[in-house]
Amino acid sequence: MSNTVMERLPANAATRGTLSAGRRIITSPKYAPVLVTLGLFIAMFVSGGVRYDNFWSPQVLLNLFVDNAYLIVLAVGMTFVILTGGIDLSVGSVIALSAMICAKLLEAGVPAAGVIAVTLVATSLLGLGMGLMIHVFKVQPFIATLAGMFLARGLCYVISEASISINDPFFVSMASTRIPLGGSASITISVIIALLVVAIAFYVLHYSRFGRTVYALGGSEQSGTLMGLPVGRTKVLVYVVSGLCSGISGVLYSFYTLSGYSLTAVGTELDAIAAVVIGGTLLTGGYGFVLGSALGVLVLGLIQTMISYEGTLSSWWTRIFIGGLLLVFIVLQKVLTRRRN
Amino acid sequence: MTQVLSPVDAVVDIVGVTMEFPGVMALDCVDFRMYPGEVHSLMGENGAGKSTLIKVLTGVYSATAGDMHLAGSKVSFSTPAQAQDAGISTVYQEVNLLPNLSVAENIMLGREPRRFGSLDWRAMRRRAAELLEGLNLDIDPGSLLGSHSIAIQQLVAIARAVDVNATVLILDEPTSSLDTDEVAELFRVIRTLKEQGCAILFVSHFLDQVYEIADRLTILRNGRLVGEYRTEEILKIDLVQKMIGKEMASFSELEQRHRESEEEIAGTGIPFLEAKGLGRRGAIRPVDFSIDEGEVVGLAGLLGSGRTEIARLLGGIDRADSGTSEVNGKAVKLTSPRKALSKRIAFASEDRRGEGIVGDLSVRDNIALALQIERGWYRPIAPKRVTELAQHYIDALNIRPADPHALVRNLSGGNQQKVLLARWLAVAPRLLILDEPTRGIDIGAKAEIQKLVFNLAENGMSVLYISAELEEVLRLSHRVGVMRDRHMVSMVENDSLSVEDLLALIAEGSEDEDEKDVVA
Repeated sequence: MSNTVMERLPANAATRGTLSAGRRIITSPKYAPVLVTLGLFIAMFVSGGVRYDNFWSPQVLLNLFVDNAYLIVLAVGMTFVILTGGIDLSVGSVIALSAMICAKLLEAGVPAAGVIAVTLVATSLLGLGMGLMIHVFKVQPFIATLAGMFLARGLCYVISEASISINDPFFVSMASTRIPLGGSASITISVIIALLVVAIAFYVLHYSRFGRTVYALGGSEQSGTLMGLPVGRTKVLVYVVSGLCSGISGVLYSFYTLSGYSLTAVGTELDAIAAVVIGGTLLTGGYGFVLGSALGVLVLGLIQTMISYEGTLSSWWTRIFIGGLLLVFIVLQKVLTRRRN
Repeated sequence: MTQVLSPVDAVVDIVGVTMEFPGVMALDCVDFRMYPGEVHSLMGENGAGKSTLIKVLTGVYSATAGDMHLAGSKVSFSTPAQAQDAGISTVYQEVNLLPNLSVAENIMLGREPRRFGSLDWRAMRRRAAELLEGLNLDIDPGSLLGSHSIAIQQLVAIARAVDVNATVLILDEPTSSLDTDEVAELFRVIRTLKEQGCAILFVSHFLDQVYEIADRLTILRNGRLVGEYRTEEILKIDLVQKMIGKEMASFSELEQRHRESEEEIAGTGIPFLEAKGLGRRGAIRPVDFSIDEGEVVGLAGLLGSGRTEIARLLGGIDRADSGTSEVNGKAVKLTSPRKALSKRIAFASEDRRGEGIVGDLSVRDNIALALQIERGWYRPIAPKRVTELAQHYIDALNIRPADPHALVRNLSGGNQQKVLLARWLAVAPRLLILDEPTRGIDIGAKAEIQKLVFNLAENGMSVLYISAELEEVLRLSHRVGVMRDRHMVSMVENDSLSVEDLLALIAEGSEDEDEKDVVA
C-alpha cells in the first residue's frame, strides 16, 4: 500500500532515487518480460553447454541467426502490428507467396534485382490491402489477415502447384556465401540483412513519429485520436510494414531453401507471434521492443538446437516447449499489467 | 485586467450557435463568450447542452447554424485537430492519454522536438520537465504515465494542453475522480494558467468548486441559454434554480422527512446483515459491520479510504479473506455476486459505464438484466412482461426519454444511473448497495435518487450508501461508517451530525503513519 500512497503524492526526486529505479524496471510491463527473456536465453545457453559437448561454440550461436534470419525479419514486422494491438496471420503464407514469385520470375529469366523489387512491392501492397480493410471497413485484424492468409496461400497454387527450384547465380551466391568471423565461425548475408532490418525497425520505432504513434495506438486508439495523432494512417502503415517484412523474409527464405513451394512456411506466422510474445511484447499492444522479438526468435531457435543436441527427442518436442514457454510469458504479462492497474 | 468586457476583448465569441440532431435540438441559438485570464464555468443539468457546446467548440461537431469567432477572427472547425491548432485544448473527464508511454512523451506527442529528422529524446524530456516545473509538478518525465495516480495523469494532460500554446483550455469534469488535496493542486495549476492569460472553461458538477474557481458562468437549460453571470453576483440557490428551472424544494423536503422519520423508526432494529472481521488483504482491514432492515448506513471517507472495497466485499464482487457474515442470523459466504444476489443483496457499482449499464442494450433490456439472470436462461420472462416492467420503472423513477427501447448509451448520466437502479430494484433486494450513485449526474436527478433511497428504506429495504458528498451521506443515513486508510475508524449514529463533525472524524488521527505500514 505504501506504493499507492507514494504514487498519489508527487514523489520527490530523493525518494525516487536509485533504490526504486531497479525495482521499477523489474516490475515494469515495459522492461520486465524482455529481461526475463534475456535471462532465459542466457540460462538455456549455459545449461546447454553444461549438458552437451561442443555446444559452447560461436558457431552454434551464430547458426541461430543463420537458420532463423527469415524468422527474425518476420518477427520484426509482426512486432509493429502487435504493438498497435493488431495481429497479422498472413505472414506465413506471404513468405510462401514471395518465394514462389521469386522462383517463378527467375525461371522466366527476370533479373534478380527486378525479381526482388517486384516481390517486395507485391507483399507491401497485400499488406496495404489488409490495412485498408482493417482501418476503412473496421474489420477485425484477425479476420482481415486471415483472409490475406488464404489469399496468399491460394495465389501460390495459381503460380505453380509443383515446387520450383532456383538456379539464379545471384540467389545461389547469396545462399552459399559465408562471411568469416574469425576462426571457423561464419554467417550468411541473410543474417546481415536481418540484423539491418532489426536496426532500422528499432530506429523507426524509437526515433520517428510514426514509431511513437505505433506505441500510442497500442496504448489507446481513442486517446491517440484525441491527441491529434495520425491514427488511421499509422494503422494502415503497420500492415504495410508487416507485408514488406514478410516479403523480405520470403526472399531470405528463398536464399535459404533455393526453391519456391506452395506448402512452405505453413504456420510460420504462429512462430513469429510466439517469438514476439516471448520477446516481451504485450499481445494487447503498447509495450514491447523489436530487440525483444529478435531475442524471442533466438530463444525459439535455441530450443530447437538443444532438442537436436538431445538426439533422442523427436523434433515435435520443440513445439511442446514453445507452447509451455508461451503460456508462461502470457501469464507473466497478465501479472505485470494487473499490478499496474 | 480590464473590467469593461466587450465582445471585442473576448477570445471566444459564439453567437447564435445551433446544433440539431435528428429529432433533438441540442443547442438552440446559444451565445457564449470567454475572456482571456478568466475561468469560466458552463453550468447546466445533464442534457442541457454543455457537452454539445464543448464539442462544437473543440471541433468534434460542426454547428448547424451560428458564428464562432476566435480572438476576433471567424473560425469554423470540422476536426478536433483544427481546433487544437487554433489554440483550443481540451482535457476530458476520462484521462485521454497513453499509460504505456512516458510522461514526457504524453506531453509532447505529436509535436516532438526533432533533430536531423529523428526524435530528440533529450530535448523532449527537457521541454517536458520545464512544463511540469511551470505547473509545480515534481514528477520524473521519464516515468511511465500509467504508474501515476489519475490526479497526476490529469495534471499531465493539462501540461500537454498548455504546451499546445492553448489560448483556451477546456476542462471537462476534471475533478470528478480527485480527492480534496488533488483538487487543490488542480486549482493551483488553473490559477497559474489564468495569470498567464489563458481562458479556461471549467465544467463541473461540484457547485462549491465552481464558486471557488470560476469568475464567470454561463447557464444552459434544455439547449437554451439562460444567462451569463459573474460568479460573485449570483447566489448558489439562484444558480441551482436557473439550472433546473424549478424551485429546489426537494432537498429541504428530504431533510425535513429525514428528521421526522428519525424520530419515528430509525431502522427497525432487526439486523439484516452482520459481518464480523470481514476483510481482504491489500484492500480493506477487517471490519465489523451490521445493517438493520430498513436502515440506511452511509460510508464516508476520502477517495481510496476503503469505502468501495467494503461494498465490493458485501456485494460478493471481491472475496473476503477473513471474517464471517450472517444474513438474518444465518452464516453466508458472499463469494460471488450471484451468491450475494441469492441472499437479496444487490450492488450498484460506482463505475456506471464500465460495471453498470450495457450501453448498446435498450433501457428495457438493461432493467430486465439482473432479474433474468436471477431466473436463469431457461425461464425466460415474456417480452410483454419485460416491457411492462421497464415501463413501470421508467414511470416510477422518471427516466427520460420515457422510451423502453431507447439505447442506454444515448441517455444522460443521471438517467443511466436510474436505469441501473431500476435493474436492481427489479430483483427486489433487501440490501441495496449504492456506490456513488449520484456521481457526475445533475442536481435534479441527484435529488430524485436520494428521495428514492429514502422511500426504499421506509419500505423496509436496507441501503448501504456511499458518496463522496458528505451532505448526501448525512441527509440519508441513520448511521455513518467513517473510513480512513482502508479501515473503518468509527461507526456513528447520525443524530444532528454536521459535515464538520464528519470531516473531523475522517481527518482525526491521520498522523499515525505506522498504522498505514501495517496495512501495507
